[in-house]
Amino acid sequence: MGSVYQLKRVDFIFKDEKDWKVILKNSISRPAHELINELISSELKGRGGAGFPTGLKWKLTAEENDLVKYVICNADEGEPGTFKDREILSKVPLKVLTSMAVCGHVIRSNTGYIYLRGEYFFLQKDLNKAISEFEEYCREINFDFSIRIFMGSGAYICGEETALFESMEGKRGEPRNKPPFPSSYGYMGKPTVINNVETLAHTYTIFEYGAKRFYDLGVQYSRGSKLFSVSGDTPKPGIYELELGMSLFDFVEEFGDGDTKAVQVGGASGFLVPRKRFNETTIGFQGKLTGISLPTGGSMMLFNSSRSMYNVLDNYLEFFREESCGQCTPCRVGCQQLLNGIKAVKRGDKNAQYLDKLLRLTETMQNTAKCGLGQSVANSFSAIVENFREEMIY
Amino acid sequence: MITTDEVCNVLKMTEEEKYDLLKTVITDYERKENNLIQILHMAQAIFGYLPVEVQYFIAGQMDLSVSKINSVLTFYSFFSTQPKGKYTVSICLGTACYVRGGKDVLNKLKSVLGIDVGFTTEDKVFSLSVMRCIGACGLAPAMTINKKVYKQVNPNKIPMILGMLK
Repeated sequence: MGSVYQLKRVDFIFKDEKDWKVILKNSISRPAHELINELISSELKGRGGAGFPTGLKWKLTAEENDLVKYVICNADEGEPGTFKDREILSKVPLKVLTSMAVCGHVIRSNTGYIYLRGEYFFLQKDLNKAISEFEEYCREINFDFSIRIFMGSGAYICGEETALFESMEGKRGEPRNKPPFPSSYGYMGKPTVINNVETLAHTYTIFEYGAKRFYDLGVQYSRGSKLFSVSGDTPKPGIYELELGMSLFDFVEEFGDGDTKAVQVGGASGFLVPRKRFNETTIGFQGKLTGISLPTGGSMMLFNSSRSMYNVLDNYLEFFREESCGQCTPCRVGCQQLLNGIKAVKRGDKNAQYLDKLLRLTETMQNTAKCGLGQSVANSFSAIVENFREEMIY
Repeated sequence: MITTDEVCNVLKMTEEEKYDLLKTVITDYERKENNLIQILHMAQAIFGYLPVEVQYFIAGQMDLSVSKINSVLTFYSFFSTQPKGKYTVSICLGTACYVRGGKDVLNKLKSVLGIDVGFTTEDKVFSLSVMRCIGACGLAPAMTINKKVYKQVNPNKIPMILGMLK
């Protein structure tokens, strides 16, 4: 074995950040449209999981005429099974800060915030140290940009960008209706670029090596590399930077324990792929001609045959019930009813057909919930119920 | 501006001094509604938790309704309206920790401490809570006691870990 699998390891993100001063200085001496075009031609898509093109995001915000704009780094990493942003912020924080400042240059903003997950309080001290060093250099070169950390307070939903703004404004972290989008109406109602930590680490790579180096990695629609947080039943849990577009089969060959029955791609709100679909599933952003391609924030959790998928689903639903903000009914009530429902089927109080009713409920949630949380419950629910139906009943 | 470090010597303070300190904090934050969450964090650092009296005090100082204060603080799991023990033991029930036996650890904690999740032991030493994924999935199952992370815990280790704290 060993040489058969097709995974391509990459080493950009954790490559040293010693040249950050040069990269910052060079980048802010370039005109905004040139930097935007560089990002657009790299085809970098947001690495938080939703996959919105980063260059376009910067462009739309740059086109707004407000005098006050904000750059926000979303470090509210809370998806179960994801721990890449923590590593980026502790190992290469200056890459993230540099990218935020370059973004400030592009959209004409002098204020940046890092929304740091409350549970990551231990990163705060070192991060503040890096910020001081960074701001000092900005003053040296007469570049006006400041960065502050905003600590989260333990709510998963605040990773959703509009909920994050609400939380920063001192309110309950309940998602807003979209549109308007953050590029025109974000934090404090001002145009805001909000990027995931990893996205900002990639933009640094693009400013350092040019768009082509990035574009050459990956496959069509899914360019570049991505960090994956590997956990569950694997002999080597950890963080790996891999080229996008790999097949799940190859992934399991590399990371599985030989008995992998399913992989959860993208955390609780992501997709569960059973063994029979490993071959036709790739990890990327858009459907390819053959098979399906799944987006992910980077969480890859492996389950072997000793795991009860009923327990896994029970765990997800408990999580969603707990973390639903309660604002919209489909999500608030839906999560409770799904959890009650599978318990009732397991106990034998409801017959197996009841599962189909629950599946229809997830469809309703997908169509009517206000934000990604309620909409995505259907993803793992339907995959688990459809593929492991007997485990739900017996 | 007052920092959380300065708040650390609150143990010796009288109630009155605590309220004075909180008043200074609120003034420092310019009584602005969009600083409410930072103010709540400081208030919790001062009082240890956020009882109704403190909520009324903040509401009065900031000219907000107490229901507004209450609705914000109950939204976030970091804020507590109940007093906490000296040590808060939290077990991660994120999926990776869950499949690797987080629930067994939780059950052991419940039986050793004799309390359920969300409660504090009678001697006010331990509080028990659960967390949803703290990003330590590679070290599953994970547990934290105050700010320290314990990795790959199993039920058998629990009595020893707790014993070392007492």
